[in-house]
Amino acid sequence: MSAPGPPLALLAELTHRCPLGCPYCSNPLSLERVRDELDTTIWQRVIGEAAALGALQIHFSGGEPLVRADLAALVAHAHAAGLYTNLITSAVLFDHRRLAPLKHAGLDHVQISLQDTAPDNADRIAGYAGGHRKKLEAARLVRGAGLALTINAVMHRQNLARLPEMIDLALELGAGRLEVAQVQYYGWALRNRPSLIPTRAEVAAAVAIVAAARERLKGRLVIDHVVPDYYAKRPKACMGGWARQFINITPSGLVLPCHAAQGIPTLRFESVRERPLAEIWERSEAFERFRGTAWMAEPCRSCERREIDFGGCRCQAMAILGEAGETDPACALSPHHARLLALAEAESAAEPPSFTYRRYANAPSEPAPA
Amino acid sequence: MSASATLTAASQPGLSPHARLRHDGARGGWVLLGPERVLMLDEIAAEILTLCDGAASIGAIADALAQRHAAPPAAVLNDVLEMLQDLRDKGLLTA
Ligand code: SF4
Ligand code: SF4
Repeated sequence: MSAPGPPLALLAELTHRCPLGCPYCSNPLSLERVRDELDTTIWQRVIGEAAALGALQIHFSGGEPLVRADLAALVAHAHAAGLYTNLITSAVLFDHRRLAPLKHAGLDHVQISLQDTAPDNADRIAGYAGGHRKKLEAARLVRGAGLALTINAVMHRQNLARLPEMIDLALELGAGRLEVAQVQYYGWALRNRPSLIPTRAEVAAAVAIVAAARERLKGRLVIDHVVPDYYAKRPKACMGGWARQFINITPSGLVLPCHAAQGIPTLRFESVRERPLAEIWERSEAFERFRGTAWMAEPCRSCERREIDFGGCRCQAMAILGEAGETDPACALSPHHARLLALAEAESAAEPPSFTYRRYANAPSEPAPA
Repeated sequence: MSASATLTAASQPGLSPHARLRHDGARGGWVLLGPERVLMLDEIAAEILTLCDGAASIGAIADALAQRHAAPPAAVLNDVLEMLQDLRDKGLLTA
C-alpha cells in the first residue's frame, strides 16, 4: 500500500484520571494508571512529530486534561509548532489560576461538556455533586478571558427532553458553537447503553429541534449534531475513515486510529515510547489493517459509498457482531442491521437501569488504583 | 458573534478570534482552522481572507480583486459575498 496522506489532527489523551464519573464516557473500561502516563518531555516530542507529519490541530483531552500540571506547557509547545489548540474539558477544575497560563500559552479554543440544564440531574449523571455550578462558572471565566467556547452537550434518554433549554443555555453562556453530542456507544457508554439510548421518536424530535434552532440562530450559534446511528440507514464515516485523518494517543503512549480502537482485541498497538510517530502512522499494523478499502468484504466492497463512509465504524462492528472487519451494522445494507435496530428499540422502550459510573473501581478485573 | 447575520457590500469582515489562517506545508496550500473545522482553501479564497482585516469593506475587497484579476466587478462581488457568508455562518468570520 502506498504511503498515506498526512493526518489532520492529534487527539492527545493526557490522562485517564477524572473527577467525574460519566456513565457515557468513551474511555475504555480498563482505564490507564497515573504511573504509566507519558511525561512532559515525551509529549512535547510527540507533539512536534505530529506537526511535522502534517497534523493541523491538537485536541487535549482525557480523562480530564486539567489534572495534568503541565497542560499549559504542552499547549505552548503545540502552539509554537503551529497547531490549532483545543482543550476538551469537564471544567470542574477550572479557575483563574489555571486559565491565565493557558491563554498565555496560546490556547485557541475551549470545549466544556455539560450533562444537563437541570443542576441536580446534571450532577447525578456526572456522579459529582456541585459539578454543574462549577462548569457554568468556568464557562463564564473562559468567555470573560476572551477565549472561544464550545458547549458539548452530551444528550441521551435521561436529558434529551431538555434540548431546547440546552440550546438557550449555550447562547446565554456566550458559546459560539454547540455540539449536541448524542451518546455514541463505545467504552463505558456501551456498558450503560440501556440507561442511555433514546427511542427513535425522541431522536427524530431532537433532529427537528436542532434544525429549527440552526435556522433561527444562524450567525449567532453554530450547532453540530451527532445522532446515535442505531436508527440510521447509513453509517457515519467514522473518524473520516480508519487511519485517514486522526491519531489518538492514550495516556501511556499507545497510538490508536480512534479512541475506541482498543475494543478490537486482535489489533496490536504501538507506543510512542518505542517508535517515531511517523512510522506508526504510516506502517503500524493497527493503522494498516482497515485503511482504505482493500480490507472490505461485501456489501461494502462493491458499494458506491465505500469511499464516503469507509464501511462505517470498525469498533461498532466489533462491539455488536464480534467481527471488526464486517460492515457496520448501522448500515441498512448490513445483513445484521435488523438486530441492531431491535436492540435499540427494546432497550429504549424498557425502564432505564441504574448507571454503572466510570470509575477505576468499576473497571473489570483491575487492580486497585495506584 | 454579533451584528446582523447577512453580509452586504458594506460589511467589514475579519477572522473570528478563534479562527486561524495558516499555510499548510504538508499539503501545499492555505487552510482555515476553527474548532473541529479544517477548511482547505483554494488560492482565491486564501487571497480573499488575507484581505479580511476587519476594516476593509466587502465592496472594497471585491473591487481590489476585480482589478487585480481583470474580472467583472459585479460577478466578483457576488462570489466574495457568497464565500464570506458561508464562513460567517460557520462562525469563522465576524462582520
Ligand atoms: S466523559 Fe465524563 S468521566 Fe469521561 S473523561 Fe469526560 S468528564 Fe471525565
Ligand atoms: S454497504 Fe458499506 S460502504 Fe455501502 S453504505 Fe453500507 S457501510 Fe457504507
